[in-house]
Amino acid sequence: MLIALLVMIGLALLLGIVLGYSALKFKVEGDPLVDKIDAILPQTQCGQCGYPGCKPYATAIANGEADINQCPPGGEPGMLALADLLGVEPKPLNAEHGLPKPKAVAFIDENTCIGCTLCIQACPVDAILGAAKQMHTIIASECTGCELCLAPCPVDCITMEVIPEKVGNWKWRYPVIEIKTVDEMKAA
Amino acid sequence: MISNLLNLTGLFKFHGGVHPPEHKLESTTAPIRVIAMPATLVLPLRQHVGNLPKIRVQVGDRVLKGQLLAEAEGSVSAAVHAPTSGVVMSIEEQLIPHPSGLPDICITLQPDGEDRWIARKSVNWRETDRQVLVASLRESGVVGMGGAAFPTQIKLRPNGKSSVHTLIINGAECEPYITCDDLLMRERANEIVKGIEVAQYLLGAERCIVGVEDNKPEAAAAMRDAAAKSAIKIEVEVVPTLYPSGDARRLIHIVTGIEVPSDKRSTDVGVQVFNVATVTAVYRYFEFGEPALSRIVTVTGNVRQPGNFEVPFGTSVSRLLEAAGGSLPGTHDLVMGGPMMGFSLPSSAVPVTKATNCIIAGAPELFPPPPPAMPCIRCARCADACPVSLQPQDLYWFSKSDNFEKARDYKLFDCIECGCCSYVCPSHIPLVQYYRYAKSEILAADRAKQAANLARERNDFRLARIEREKQERAAKHAAKAGGAKAEAGVDDDAKKAAIAAAMARAQAQKAEVVPQNTTDLPAAVQNEIAEIDARRGDVLEEKQDN
Repeated sequence: MLIALLVMIGLALLLGIVLGYSALKFKVEGDPLVDKIDAILPQTQCGQCGYPGCKPYATAIANGEADINQCPPGGEPGMLALADLLGVEPKPLNAEHGLPKPKAVAFIDENTCIGCTLCIQACPVDAILGAAKQMHTIIASECTGCELCLAPCPVDCITMEVIPEKVGNWKWRYPVIEIKTVDEMKAA
Repeated sequence: MISNLLNLTGLFKFHGGVHPPEHKLESTTAPIRVIAMPATLVLPLRQHVGNLPKIRVQVGDRVLKGQLLAEAEGSVSAAVHAPTSGVVMSIEEQLIPHPSGLPDICITLQPDGEDRWIARKSVNWRETDRQVLVASLRESGVVGMGGAAFPTQIKLRPNGKSSVHTLIINGAECEPYITCDDLLMRERANEIVKGIEVAQYLLGAERCIVGVEDNKPEAAAAMRDAAAKSAIKIEVEVVPTLYPSGDARRLIHIVTGIEVPSDKRSTDVGVQVFNVATVTAVYRYFEFGEPALSRIVTVTGNVRQPGNFEVPFGTSVSRLLEAAGGSLPGTHDLVMGGPMMGFSLPSSAVPVTKATNCIIAGAPELFPPPPPAMPCIRCARCADACPVSLQPQDLYWFSKSDNFEKARDYKLFDCIECGCCSYVCPSHIPLVQYYRYAKSEILAADRAKQAANLARERNDFRLARIEREKQERAAKHAAKAGGAKAEAGVDDDAKKAAIAAAMARAQAQKAEVVPQNTTDLPAAVQNEIAEIDARRGDVLEEKQDN
């Protein structure tokens, strides 16, 4: 009886020490769930979700403050991936936060630009190049299409240009098989 | 068992494969014909795998034959040269031979008919450093002529320690209809052998094997004759006709028995493969200083005189069809490449590029429209036919249902899109189309992921910068405020001290100053004052008494 008790206490102590040690040794910095959610979000940093960027939205989702259907750039696939990660029911995108749009990049009409730098301050990814009273331009390859530069522009010289389909970014289409009526088949 | 039997001949059998009708005889009856220089040449910049080259000419420039029009940009890229002398008419988007049917940037050249060469310099390659040779190949514009169009200098990159022990020259030409390599081997075997010597020197390979399918006995005989005259030992292996034996990894397996692991390159196992036309182009570049300007193209199918033509790059497909006597009535489609892996051209105006090995004029009797696709019955014939030993039926399910991660796990990217699975499918499912769709979706998702990572990095950096600037500003303000306070502190002390000193002085003065009208008075006056004070005292007492 006593031996059994001692063995159990000894085991409990030993395991406690091991667990305590590993909690210190393998301590996870930051919140891994936030990083996982952040990895799914499209990093447009557009703020359409109501949070000032993708990371804050990810944090809000992880804390249960925000829903998974507030990210229009992520679209349906993004929402499904979040539902899958968090083990919740998928739900249609919330139209209040906007609807998915084709991917676009900002374009500055350089003849109209007055060089006020307001758009540079608004750009979340530093994709606008320019200086005070100098013409500004968009670094198209870095632009996420968040549209945050549109509102501050005092002369409305920024427009969103939808990225056209070129040979370089062309994708094979999903095979569509024509359905023909029996009469058509016989005629052919 | 079959593979064991084949082993008696020193050859190996890869998994699967199919025997589609060959249709090669139509285009092998006539020798290679040279096409007359057309009135305009349209040279797409995208003729190879990799980065677009950088344009080096302007509209209106007069250029000579072999002059550089666009130079290789970045590591994987190939130069474009003028196939003849003439004037650059335009640099704009035009239709190119691409499955998308979309236009892309092209240089249009109007030949002047003089065909004047730029100064050519030949290289004595046997006595030149390999590194110098391979570096110079970057300006040759030579790419893989088998159809993949991968820049050749990348495949030859000898970083001093080339581990390639076996060089395989691909003359299998397994796809139906195509005969350009066959005719090249028959007519120009000596040039091919010289090209093999160059490639062997560049790679330092110990063995050189030419793989030719057994449906090309003339080509194999010509190659044997030429190889016998060579200074190096070149083996010519006749391999059994089985589509897709011309795929590089399949050919490596057939002639060496080595199966290249899916995550490795053939050079990792010491083998490199070149097409016969590619080594010829490399030889011509070193020996005569001729960059890649033309290639041999098979024109066959529903045309009057099928055959092979030596075609300058940029010649339109319609010009090529004319040279083959014109297309016969009933032609409804033009296919570039073979019937198994080729694609329909968007128009007959598109130019011939470095990747154009064959143009087939399609007619309903040659290529009947596929019967409607029926549901998959899980017969697994596709799995039996797959030369890469994949599970095409699973890949089909995953691709069809957009289950891309699963498709990737099932090694979708090992699929060579040879079309064997679609060919044997009893339900006529266009399997390869599903795989291509899934592949391009996955690649697009990967690109989006990369862009997202870049955006995250830039956003993090921006936030960090804003935070840093805020702290710097705060620190600056604090420093300024602290300085002011310190200054103010100094002032206060001084002021306090001054005030204290002033007060002390005032006090001292106060202490010093006494009423002066009573001090220095004569005794009589003092007495008088005393009397008055005494009287005042009496009066005050009387007042109190009353």
